[in-house]
Amino acid sequence: MNKIVSLLCGIIFGIGLVISEMINPEKVLGFLNIFRDWDPSLAFVMIGALIVSTPIFHFFKNKNKPVFSSNFSIPTNKEIDKKLIIGAVFFGSGWGLIGLCPGPAITSIALLNMSSAIFVVSMFIGFYLGSKVN
Amino acid sequence: MNIVNFTPVSALTGGLLIGLSVALFFILNGRMIGISGIASNFLVSKNNRVDNFLFLVGLILGPLIYSYTTGKEINISISSSLILLIIGGVLVGFGTKLSNGCTSGHGISGISRFSLRSIIATITFMIVGILTVLITGIL
Repeated sequence: MNKIVSLLCGIIFGIGLVISEMINPEKVLGFLNIFRDWDPSLAFVMIGALIVSTPIFHFFKNKNKPVFSSNFSIPTNKEIDKKLIIGAVFFGSGWGLIGLCPGPAITSIALLNMSSAIFVVSMFIGFYLGSKVN
Repeated sequence: MNIVNFTPVSALTGGLLIGLSVALFFILNGRMIGISGIASNFLVSKNNRVDNFLFLVGLILGPLIYSYTTGKEINISISSSLILLIIGGVLVGFGTKLSNGCTSGHGISGISRFSLRSIIATITFMIVGILTVLITGIL
């Protein structure tokens, strides 16, 4: 069952990125452009997501186990270290440069857009390089 | 500052769906969604590889199902040059792997958990993203 859940959650997430237009780099860059012509829309994507995920997480985290799996796997790393900050700085600069983050980038493969395909391949090279450093 | 192209209703609707996906994945499969984690682990780790693969397939099916059922065309616009696309892609991949999370993993799942680590990461990549747009707009 958890295979079907994975596929279904991917589909819901992908449709969410399309409806919110987060899949469009122009929209993302408009959101980050707060000093000139600002498009605040994407703040509402985050608000919308958090008002669902936050109460659900806190309600279910103390249950015995998830429905289709033997245990919950919740990140335990609490360290605020150089890797966290440097990684976030690298990520933020790439995000601000193109307007794509991992979810929208992968989702946009469906649109057969050459630019986003080049971005996705480069991103996977980045994942690989990052895993070597980690 | 001028407010332009503001579409709060579609943004909120899409956001609710993203939150629903995160919530279902947690209740049913017991994991918190982070796309950079799912994608990079699919590449480098055997753990949950099939689940991770199916999630990524789902992401790509999302727009196809949306277009098919609504009849609406999805338009995106990327004007960056080849070299910038490569640099940007590597920065995003490397950075999210190093800090273990992206807009979804830190920005949504992490903040849902009230993780200080994720809140600091989110503030950092938002500020750097804003500064990058500011600088590239000047150049």
